Amino acid sequence: MSQTVSMTVNGRAVSVTVDQPQMPLLYALRNDIGVTGPHFGCGLGQCGACTVHVEGEAVRSCQMPVGEAAGKRITTLEGLGTPEHPHPVQAAFIAEQAVQCGYCTNGMIMQSAAFLTKTPRPTEVQVREELANNICRCGTHPRVVAAVLRAARG
Amino acid sequence: MNAIIDRRSLLRAGGAMLVAFNLGLRPRDAAAWAEKPVATDEVGAFLSIDAEGGATVFVGKVDLGTGVRTGFMQIAAEELDLPLGRIRVVEGDTALTPDQGATYGSLSIQNGGVQLRAAAATARRELLRQAAERLGADAARLRIEEGVVIAPDGRRATFAELVGGRAFTLKVDANAPIKPPEARRIVGQAVPRVDIPDKVFGRFHYVHDFRLLGMLHGRPVRPPTLGATVEAVDEASIRGIPGVVRVVHQGAFLGVVAETEWAAIRAARELKVRWSNWAGLPEQAKLWEHVRATPVAQVQVTSDRGNAAQAIQGAAKRLSASYDFAIHTHGSMGPSCAVAEFKDGRLTSWSASQATHNLRKQLAMMLGLPVEQVRCIYMEGAGCYGRNGHEDAAADAALLARAVGRPVRVQWMRADEHGWDPKGPPHLVDLRAGLDAEGNVVGWESEAFIPKGAGGNVDLTAAELGGLPRENQLNPGNIIHNLAVPYAFPAVKTVCHRLETTPFRPSWIRTPGRMQNSFANEAFLDELAAEAGADPLEFRLRTLPRDDPRGREVLERVARLAKWQTRPSPQRVREGEILRGRGVTFVKYELVRTYLAGVAEVEVNRRTGAIRVTRFFCTHDCGQIINPGGVRSQIEGNIIHTLSRTLKEELTFDRGAVTSLDWGSYQVITFPEVPEIAIELIDRPTERPWGAGEPAAAIVPSAVSNAVFDATGVRLRSVPFTPAKLRAALQGV
Repeated sequence: MSQTVSMTVNGRAVSVTVDQPQMPLLYALRNDIGVTGPHFGCGLGQCGACTVHVEGEAVRSCQMPVGEAAGKRITTLEGLGTPEHPHPVQAAFIAEQAVQCGYCTNGMIMQSAAFLTKTPRPTEVQVREELANNICRCGTHPRVVAAVLRAARG
Repeated sequence: MNAIIDRRSLLRAGGAMLVAFNLGLRPRDAAAWAEKPVATDEVGAFLSIDAEGGATVFVGKVDLGTGVRTGFMQIAAEELDLPLGRIRVVEGDTALTPDQGATYGSLSIQNGGVQLRAAAATARRELLRQAAERLGADAARLRIEEGVVIAPDGRRATFAELVGGRAFTLKVDANAPIKPPEARRIVGQAVPRVDIPDKVFGRFHYVHDFRLLGMLHGRPVRPPTLGATVEAVDEASIRGIPGVVRVVHQGAFLGVVAETEWAAIRAARELKVRWSNWAGLPEQAKLWEHVRATPVAQVQVTSDRGNAAQAIQGAAKRLSASYDFAIHTHGSMGPSCAVAEFKDGRLTSWSASQATHNLRKQLAMMLGLPVEQVRCIYMEGAGCYGRNGHEDAAADAALLARAVGRPVRVQWMRADEHGWDPKGPPHLVDLRAGLDAEGNVVGWESEAFIPKGAGGNVDLTAAELGGLPRENQLNPGNIIHNLAVPYAFPAVKTVCHRLETTPFRPSWIRTPGRMQNSFANEAFLDELAAEAGADPLEFRLRTLPRDDPRGREVLERVARLAKWQTRPSPQRVREGEILRGRGVTFVKYELVRTYLAGVAEVEVNRRTGAIRVTRFFCTHDCGQIINPGGVRSQIEGNIIHTLSRTLKEELTFDRGAVTSLDWGSYQVITFPEVPEIAIELIDRPTERPWGAGEPAAAIVPSAVSNAVFDATGVRLRSVPFTPAKLRAALQGV
């Protein structure tokens, strides 16, 4: 039975019609709403590449059924900031050149941005612990940590 | 003869294609297929100047997330004296870019960049020649600023006026003068990577984001065991899923196609298939016995000096050891993805293949098409550290698209990636050596047991499963290098036993063979140093050939960088639960290029067996550095990726298939485990540039093994260095 789900994505009201409300939010974002910042990495909630903010919380969009996003305020990497008005974490990732392939970058930035709203002055150890469940295969870790600390310094 | 002819149609086509990609739409003009030179001896294969005087660079080497695109732009901008912002790059398109070979082996700058530099230098000379004619001036007295040729009297001719919109038709002159070091303004600088802003704002278009009008979604349905065949497919089992278009069945190749991605995922999960039983894999616990028992196809002697066997026989002290390195998966962050479209009998394939020109031939062979009817276009995917699953996803997409007559996008699921990407094969090395009474190495022998084959094409999974035409060759990469040693031992013999088979379809993963061989060599050398009672760093210095100053320099500098304390290993103090140690390693990559030295510092918990690498130091001489920021980033990546492989990664399998199918069962390094890294780059602007994408990986496993030995007196000879292995070894001390 197809079903229409309405939500706010990056400040814009959107509705998507899906065959199954159990379909993960990630597919609605990428294929129906057209935001490709969040990436499919594992579909298991293990790697973090699909992270988005739901009501300001970092959430693995591959694990959240689209039906549960109804009425919610979703922010993706595209909505976090723009080249003209970058989020401090985005600006810091550029300054530290904290990207190699960039496939995990979405998750690194979204996880860190949500973290910094709650922990604005983290220690390096806290940043590492916060990102312990975000996988990077290129070995960008030291630059990512440096970028998050830079963003926190403001 | 004028070396530039009118090619406006081509440039329009090329321009349209770039715009199309930015919008995520299809390239409109397939007519560009045969219009552009792609031969590697043609300047026009590498470069064109558009009507506005900007340059487009065409490269067969692709940016796999390494930042090499920015390096190529720097090289072209430097030789042409154009601002970086006026250079565009087209990568890995079989219709548009020269075949510079696969993007592997740390050769993108060393070979691909040097070819591009020669083409740009040739173009510069031609632009100056034409400007000299037009301005009636001596070419030697002209200068170029931001794409404008300027005569001593101030008269100017822009690139656009000279060649804009017309193609170069002259041969690359490898001897065309390049900018001398003192004149370089862009090369050698840590120019920020051009791709990073888009990646940070969610605006970058990966192949995973590519969409065509009317495109369907496909998923392969892989067998539950590597050798299973299909006995029956119950298509009715997925009839209830809305949007399913087709089940495609060819031998043991099975796939589903649906209108939406979610329907394809559900259909692949829910399709009921009866598979035959298969249990042809060796028992994992007996992997190394299996490797030793595998028939040998070829014996390769990679170095032979003096009579090593006799020297060892007559030595005052004799040592022997075996080193092994587990089977690894690539484990890209993004499962492999590709899009295929058949139109008018031609296949266009978009993928993140590191070798589109080779993939083109493989797809043509599989499909029975003339190679001219296939075009492969590179789009960046998730970081790729060797031949992973991208080509296989391209083959899946091609078979599914041909079956349904519409464009099909395939993206693997995580278990497809972990289960079916080609694997870094098991690697085993036996070593023997002898020391004289003064502790000098008098003889060294090693034997590696590794699969046959080299760096050719890895067969496409869809072709294997589907029983379709393929080359049917093993190609694990050039895994024999660095078994020979860089040291001046009086007698050496190194031998590779190339095995007929290996349990899993092999391919190269970052630093294939070179890392495993360096691990065995540099850890065994440490055993000899300890036996000789010598400081391991001094032991290396005294054994390096006198006429290799660059080798000595990386070692001497890493000693200063790491504040190395000269003393033999292991350290004497072993009190408390946490033991600390340090280990050194030296590598001359493939014995002909990039020099490296590394020092690892570790903390070992002798109760749990856990190893924490706290700091890693690296000195690195890859000749001329194009972008020091890029080189540093690659070294960091090499160290961290290889620490992950050294400490944690290991494929697990039962008798039928891979069982480490996710990030829980195939664990990788996490943020809290990443050490502090200190790097010292040695730039040599007057030398040729060598590779940096792989070499630093080769110093990691041995540096850690040596550091653990220094801390504990226990020698780790089997990667990964798991807590269980270390605990077991510590009990024997």
